[in-house]
Amino acid sequence: MSAPVFIAGTGAISAIGHSTAACLAALKNEAAGIGEMRYLDSVHRDELPVAEVKLSNEELSLLSGLAPGISRTAELGTIAAKEALENAGIGDVAQWRTGFISANSVGGMDKTENFYKAFLPDPTKGRLRDVVNHECGAVTEIVADQLGIKDYITTISTACSSSANSIFFGARLIRNNILDVVVAGGADALTKFTLNGFNTLMILDSEYCKPFDENRKGLNLGEGAGYVVLVSEKVAATLKENPSVKLSGYCNANDAYHQTASSPDGTGSYLAMSGALKRAGLQPADIGYINLHGTGTQNNDIAEGTAIKRLFDPRFPMMSSTKTFTGHTLGACGGIEAVFSIMALNNGIVYPNLRLETPMAALPFTPETKLVTGVDIKHVLSNSFGFGGNCSSLIFSKV
Amino acid sequence: MYIRATGNISPQESFGHGPLLETPVDHRGNRLNCIEPDYKEFIDVKLIRRMSRIIKMGVAAASECLREATLKNPDAIVTGTAYGCLEDTGIFLGRMVEQQETLLAPTAFIQSTHNTIGAQIALQLQCNNYNNAFVHRGFSFESALLDAMLLLKEGDAQHVLVGAIDEITNASHAILTRMGLYRHDNTASLHLLTTPQKGTVAGEGAAFFVLANAASATDYARLDALHTFYKPAGKEAIEKEIGRFLLNTGVGLNDIDLIIDGRNGDARHDATFNELEAGLFKDIPSAGFKHLCGEYPTASAFALWLATRIIKDEQIPAVLNVAKQPAALKKILVYNNHLNSHHSLLLVSAC
Amino acid sequence: MADLKVQIIEQLNLQDTKPEDIGDDQALFVEGLGLDSIDALELIVLLQQKYQVKLANADDGPKVFRTVRTMAEYITAHKAQNA
Repeated sequence: MSAPVFIAGTGAISAIGHSTAACLAALKNEAAGIGEMRYLDSVHRDELPVAEVKLSNEELSLLSGLAPGISRTAELGTIAAKEALENAGIGDVAQWRTGFISANSVGGMDKTENFYKAFLPDPTKGRLRDVVNHECGAVTEIVADQLGIKDYITTISTACSSSANSIFFGARLIRNNILDVVVAGGADALTKFTLNGFNTLMILDSEYCKPFDENRKGLNLGEGAGYVVLVSEKVAATLKENPSVKLSGYCNANDAYHQTASSPDGTGSYLAMSGALKRAGLQPADIGYINLHGTGTQNNDIAEGTAIKRLFDPRFPMMSSTKTFTGHTLGACGGIEAVFSIMALNNGIVYPNLRLETPMAALPFTPETKLVTGVDIKHVLSNSFGFGGNCSSLIFSKV
Repeated sequence: MYIRATGNISPQESFGHGPLLETPVDHRGNRLNCIEPDYKEFIDVKLIRRMSRIIKMGVAAASECLREATLKNPDAIVTGTAYGCLEDTGIFLGRMVEQQETLLAPTAFIQSTHNTIGAQIALQLQCNNYNNAFVHRGFSFESALLDAMLLLKEGDAQHVLVGAIDEITNASHAILTRMGLYRHDNTASLHLLTTPQKGTVAGEGAAFFVLANAASATDYARLDALHTFYKPAGKEAIEKEIGRFLLNTGVGLNDIDLIIDGRNGDARHDATFNELEAGLFKDIPSAGFKHLCGEYPTASAFALWLATRIIKDEQIPAVLNVAKQPAALKKILVYNNHLNSHHSLLLVSAC
Repeated sequence: MADLKVQIIEQLNLQDTKPEDIGDDQALFVEGLGLDSIDALELIVLLQQKYQVKLANADDGPKVFRTVRTMAEYITAHKAQNA
């Protein structure tokens, strides 16, 4: 099972940009997208900073080509997935066995939570049109139908590791000769449901988040979508531009410690990272950059940091959390950060971990605080660790 | 790959391993609720308090399955659920609306995420291995099954726990009823398939399997192949998919001893099955299963359980209304579809 | 404290526990009742909902919720402040 899987294209939309190129420009300019809540109508508007995509639902509808009133998650997914496919230069997807593997955490909840206002007092009320696409899978199919993909479609939902799992499930479908081309990743729109849910866990920062800072106070929620186009060697050979990056490693492990908290020694994280290295046939020293899960919560950062210490000591690669730019995009973060990891490889750069003032005392390393350019990195490790102990790590490598 | 063990909580007496469907349960109305065990036998009391019904169903069915397989630490846990944890989702949403986003408590939110069932199983087992959750409508179970089969094929796992769970809640039933899915004449559920009309009945269930790479003395059956197809254009397209599936598996129509099909009593939905029964499948005995478990996106998991048990017993239970027992029961083809858009084929054989 | 015990049982869904089973000075977390961090968050909500007392810092949880008595004392002290 060693057939290589290449990345032919990427697509992304987040608080810092509406395309891969726009996000890259913002990352280089240290321009974070966290700020006041402008689009979501929540009572917590003035208390909690968020990283929204700076487009209203109407604007997203125009950009995505979907009818107004469709879930914001589907709109974000469509925009990013379309960009990835165009970017890949595949042409007509029907010429290959093509799949769409997506991820999200709460499906069309942005519409459902409004439906509930009318439905709750009177079950005969509320517009059915607002819940017909509630299911995670329904949102995926809206995007798949837009892309014209139907050979294989599915949706994964494992909290914050969701779209990382989509990407490597897609890769395995190619390696097992079930598909030739897979658009894989995830999308999530900000919803009151998730905002309030995270708020009850008291892990939201009322200021701009500071991942891997000794005085970090929590995360900022974000939204967006990120997709990659995975192709087999056979398909890669037909493309105008030879792919420059491949997915060389992946691993899914479970922390099995607690429903929401990570184990103090980062067991799940350690197993995911070491498993990905083993799959890729690499040593820790081969990794040039780690795109951290780095949410900014007390718990995640020490667990992830401890696992990194265990695995990489004494030589630590450069690392940073791009959630300092995009916030935590939940079901989309694996996909968005995969795109960022691939761009880091292609452009020879390492993004800064913003707003880090005091490095964590317990860790013998510190993330990069300034943009680093002109670096020859061959392998990037991207971490996505979620609730339910679901931990996944991906490794992207230069071809 | 081999089906080593099963665990099934459904609207029938399917939990535990008594004689297959000996005393079928007839439900009235359009909502078939599960017959549930005493969960305290399967789940630590300290953990039960936080679990909603669907999580208890999933954990208990999985526990029973693992117990039968004498497996403490599966190499992977893969689950499928289309609707997820509806009860807790509804509770958190409801409170959020009623209390205008203030003074909300965390438990319902934490338990509402789709991967919770698989995560709770892993937690109870202290299992650090691969853990995935698929949430794709009528393909949720099939996706989980495919993932499990690939893990075994890739050699990364020797034993995988795979299953699917979906529940009915008052809110979901109200909404799906408004969408026109169900009938309203108080049909006796066991007569669902012989009284075709507009509408089916809602079902729910939690069905788990241990799939293994190597054969053992106590396996139920072999899972030979799985195929799904999405929104086929029409009858010809469906027949083409079935034909291709059989070709790829090296099995001819005359090798199939029984067809278990997913008709659900809704005349709008069952036309496909009637056409196949009269056409492609005309020489093969066929049986429906949704008069036992109702219609829901992961009902194919119930069908797999049924096929598995039938192969082991070498006998078709009377409640399936198959006129003549076939001479042999070596190969069963399960053909299901959900909402006419999500179609799946499973081939189950005797070991 | 008797009322508090009933409320704790209800909030945390401790189905098999009766108020009499919880000692005034019995450890609630880790040992004793074996509550965890999610229960702590639930108790924070309980305090706000039933007593209008806010625990601003989740880190104070272990101290305030150590026993039913420490909870009751905290409520009394802070209710007086709010009044």
